[in-house]
Amino acid sequence: MPTTRRQFLSLAGGVTAAGTIPIVTLRPLQATPAMLTTAIRNVVGEAPIRTGKVKLDIPPLVENGNTVPLTVTVASPMTADDHVKSIHVFNEKNPQPNIANFHLNSASGRAQVATRIRLADTQKVVAIARLSDDTFWQVAVDVVVTLAACTEEMN
Amino acid sequence: MAALINVPAKARRGDVIEIRTLTSHIMETGFRHTADGKLVPRDIITSFTCRYNGTEIFRADLFPAIAANPYLSFFTVAKDSGTFEFEWIGDNGYSSTGSASITVE
Amino acid sequence: MSVWRAIAAAALVSAAPALLAGEIPPDARRSGYSFMGPDTRAMQDDDTSNPGMLFVLDGEQLWGKKTGSADKACANCHGDARSSMKGVAARHPAFDKTLDRPVTLDQRINLCRANHQQAAPLPYESRDLLALSAYVAHQSRGAAITAGDDPQAKPFVDQGRELFMQREGQLNLACTNCHDDNFDKRLAGAPITQGQPTGYPLYRLEWQTLGSLERRLRSCMSGVRAQAYEYGSPELVALELYLMSRARGLPMETPAVRP
Repeated sequence: MPTTRRQFLSLAGGVTAAGTIPIVTLRPLQATPAMLTTAIRNVVGEAPIRTGKVKLDIPPLVENGNTVPLTVTVASPMTADDHVKSIHVFNEKNPQPNIANFHLNSASGRAQVATRIRLADTQKVVAIARLSDDTFWQVAVDVVVTLAACTEEMN
Repeated sequence: MAALINVPAKARRGDVIEIRTLTSHIMETGFRHTADGKLVPRDIITSFTCRYNGTEIFRADLFPAIAANPYLSFFTVAKDSGTFEFEWIGDNGYSSTGSASITVE
Repeated sequence: MSVWRAIAAAALVSAAPALLAGEIPPDARRSGYSFMGPDTRAMQDDDTSNPGMLFVLDGEQLWGKKTGSADKACANCHGDARSSMKGVAARHPAFDKTLDRPVTLDQRINLCRANHQQAAPLPYESRDLLALSAYVAHQSRGAAITAGDDPQAKPFVDQGRELFMQREGQLNLACTNCHDDNFDKRLAGAPITQGQPTGYPLYRLEWQTLGSLERRLRSCMSGVRAQAYEYGSPELVALELYLMSRARGLPMETPAVRP
């Protein structure tokens, strides 16, 4: 049985508490690359992930990390025999590594989805597509997030 | 509160059409604190589903990294005239629905 | 290139003697839109993906909804907003003869609620007030800004201009230091705009919601570490009026999208 994200979080917390870091935190402030890897493995399992087929359109220099437009396109004929089953988007440094899972089918016609996301910092964004033959394909993009000069105090 | 749904009113059979939705929701991450240090509880939309004449054609699982007022764009093949139904489900029992009709010739 | 701009600007200033020193001549005035990247522009341009339109839709509902002890809707007096409200936001803040001072569009909506609907005022930045002002201002989209043209508003425009020129806060900066003297440069990675208020209330990506010009002004004030004026204060209204008169002739964009 694969480790769920919740189990992983408690596991990670335990490791932190038992490690050399003197501060006990309830939750890591940002997703570590290990958390990103675990989040990806929760979706992909042990299957190999190949690079290619997936295109991630995201501004290389983001004007505000609170609302970042993102489009994922997968090269696929989208037929009954050869189509994209799902698209999964992850990030490296937000408090949580998951962004979204999109479930498609052969009737989708085009393997393309778009949404708007939050990026807490300059970081890597990863998109993975699961095809109908259960192979996984990925792309990773580095995004630079600039911060607004005059931010309001939160109240 | 409002939702914006964009589906072409007409399409030819077999056309690949784009569907866009934008809905009002705060998408509170659950990672923010108030000035006095209290955690603001998570309040997000967790799931979006689109059905075309009753059949699910697209579904999304959303996480706190989705921006406020979630925007989604996706595609489907125009098959028959009929109705698209949209459903957003979230924390604290949140649920909202919308629909749009299409004429396929 | 900046030398050429300086020369061009100098030529324009000498050709338009009515301008005060440091002011941006009419044909050099630029909406904040022109300082944005293509993705943010695209978000504003398409009404089906502009999140500000969610508020416009809510405002349209409120426009037709009876409220207050008079049991009247905005529509009962003003009819179809698409014709009756055209250009209204472009001339606000507007001088109110009864009050003998200028009022913002938000204040005008609440005056209508008090006087004609007998309803409680909507709080500043509340969803309903933003939705109504967005719906009303949306009817002016494309209309040229004329606020401040009324001679009676002149003393208040002047007051606003003084506030715009006045250094304040721990950083000791005036609005003019950034928005007249240094637009097109960058501050901590973000472009400095001319501060032309063409699209309020607008959807700010940072806020992830719609907000008023007063909210924007207050956040600028906290940015220079100054004590921000209260919502609806005479100072904020005067600043808003001056900013609108400074943007004279630019087309309204409500609901704009900004980073």
